[in-house]
Amino acid sequence: MAVAEKKPEVAAAPAANRRRRSFRPRYPAWLTAPSLLYYTVFFLGPMAILVAFSLATQQGFGSLRYGFDTSQYGQVTTSLYLTIFGRTLVMAAVGTLLTIAVGYPVAYWMARYLSTYKMLALLIIVVPFWTSFLIRTYALKIILDPNGYLARDLGINILYTKYAVAVGLVYNYLPLFILPVFASLERMDWTLIEAATDLGARPFTAFREITLRLTLPGVVTGALLVFIPMTGEYIIPNILSGGNYEFVGNVIGDQFNQAQNQPFGSALSISLMLALSVFVIVYILVATKEERFGA
Amino acid sequence: MRRRPRLTAKHAFTAWAVLVYAFLFLPIVVMAVFAFNKPSAAALASFHGTNVCAIPPTQIGNIAVWNGFTGCWFSAGLHDPTFIPAIFVSLRIAAEASVIATVLGLCAALALARMRPRLRAPFDSLVYLTLVVPEIVIAVASLIFFVQARKVFPAFPGLGNVTILIGQVVFNASLTMLIIRARFVGMGDTLEEAAYDLGSGPLATFRQVTLPRLMPAIVAAALLSFTFSFDDYVLPAFTNGTTNTWPIVLYSAVRFGLTPAVNALATIMLGVTLAAVVITALVLRRSRRRVTAGQPITAVQLLP
Repeated sequence: MAVAEKKPEVAAAPAANRRRRSFRPRYPAWLTAPSLLYYTVFFLGPMAILVAFSLATQQGFGSLRYGFDTSQYGQVTTSLYLTIFGRTLVMAAVGTLLTIAVGYPVAYWMARYLSTYKMLALLIIVVPFWTSFLIRTYALKIILDPNGYLARDLGINILYTKYAVAVGLVYNYLPLFILPVFASLERMDWTLIEAATDLGARPFTAFREITLRLTLPGVVTGALLVFIPMTGEYIIPNILSGGNYEFVGNVIGDQFNQAQNQPFGSALSISLMLALSVFVIVYILVATKEERFGA
Repeated sequence: MRRRPRLTAKHAFTAWAVLVYAFLFLPIVVMAVFAFNKPSAAALASFHGTNVCAIPPTQIGNIAVWNGFTGCWFSAGLHDPTFIPAIFVSLRIAAEASVIATVLGLCAALALARMRPRLRAPFDSLVYLTLVVPEIVIAVASLIFFVQARKVFPAFPGLGNVTILIGQVVFNASLTMLIIRARFVGMGDTLEEAAYDLGSGPLATFRQVTLPRLMPAIVAAALLSFTFSFDDYVLPAFTNGTTNTWPIVLYSAVRFGLTPAVNALATIMLGVTLAAVVITALVLRRSRRRVTAGQPITAVQLLP
């Protein structure tokens, strides 16, 4: 507009016309139809059947009658299963806090002290993340083996305990946490710290009052990004606890593999999703807030 | 004088970072090194074959400590009657899932990128839902869905390769859509507009302007989708019927006794995956450089 105003009126009119005629290229909305159809049939379909199963009644082995039977949900709220839900959430919370404690200093180090090799350091953090999840967990199991060096020579025999599960959670989710935190540390204006220390603030005070506050949205994003999948974790507790420390995901799997109590397994699944949806809503709120904050 | 404390803080952070990098890589390195490990001396004393890697897994002894060097696990692994067919099954499913997911994701990304936010929102929430729902939940839901679908429509495929594929495409289509859309939004629409102004039709513009510039993101999305699908354990474990994929046989080997042949195959896989990741990274970097460099493309280049 500003450019057009400077030009003589004769030239401005055809320019504006031409702009109106050239349309913004769009792609037709029906291009979303294939994926929409696919999601409806093969994602929403299974979810709907899951809800129907969770309200169905088990009749003998493997046959069931659809209805509105909430007794499965009643069983979910018995102390045995509430304990497993509690354990899963506590373990995911512990895993998340450990991931923050281990990962934040690394992200800080990359953003604050590295320049030439910053991107390389980041890439190296991500490399294990792109290798097989199963192979990584298996590799950890070799190290923690009761006959291995760690157990035999250092006396750290933690395989098949909750400690091994915690190590596995941190190990597998660390890169996922470091990335968003690094991104928010990258946006930091380090001259603020210089100004604070010049004005007499101790380094730790400057960190607490400036760095930590400015990067808190990134930390919350990263924490939820690892907490949510940790809560639904299946492989890590299975391999590293050897069935001694099961998560909700393992109990769900058992209902379909061994117990053949599919309505109860479905009710557990729905309950897990409901529990997670709380955190997902928090995540969406934080993420949109950070977007506004960043802009 | 004032510099000194900052220097020590830097040293402390560097030391911590080195420790964390070691923590991340030690297990992988140990796994690769132990792919060359011999059976224990006690086990070998009572074994009378020439090929030490032919020893049965139950008699292998303690292989969590170093017993000596042998390269024979690699050939033992590559000739294993269960692992190798499973790897081929996984490769095939991953290739099919990657192609289907990339086509679905590309179509959706094109339309969504320039759709009004209010129209886009329901589709977006569906996509995020497929990424946030725990995989174990999707796995059991898919299992009962497939079983019921076959009861109602006998033509529906039974549990096996096809059901694994169907289930994996859900997650992968969301992944490819997000990657391709991010690139498409970043590209802007000036070049397409220019092509339209110069009289190029929508299809020709797509083929000659949009598609070539999207190609790096499409390739990256397809490769990522391939690796995810190839590595996936939870969903196939519930929807496989009698089909064995590589993660499924690997998982049962990990849980119930295994030989360093698994390490050997895992090490080979690791090499292949890393190669794929490096290629993806290079492709992505090339595409990013092209965007940020922002070389003005002249009208001449747009003409056929």
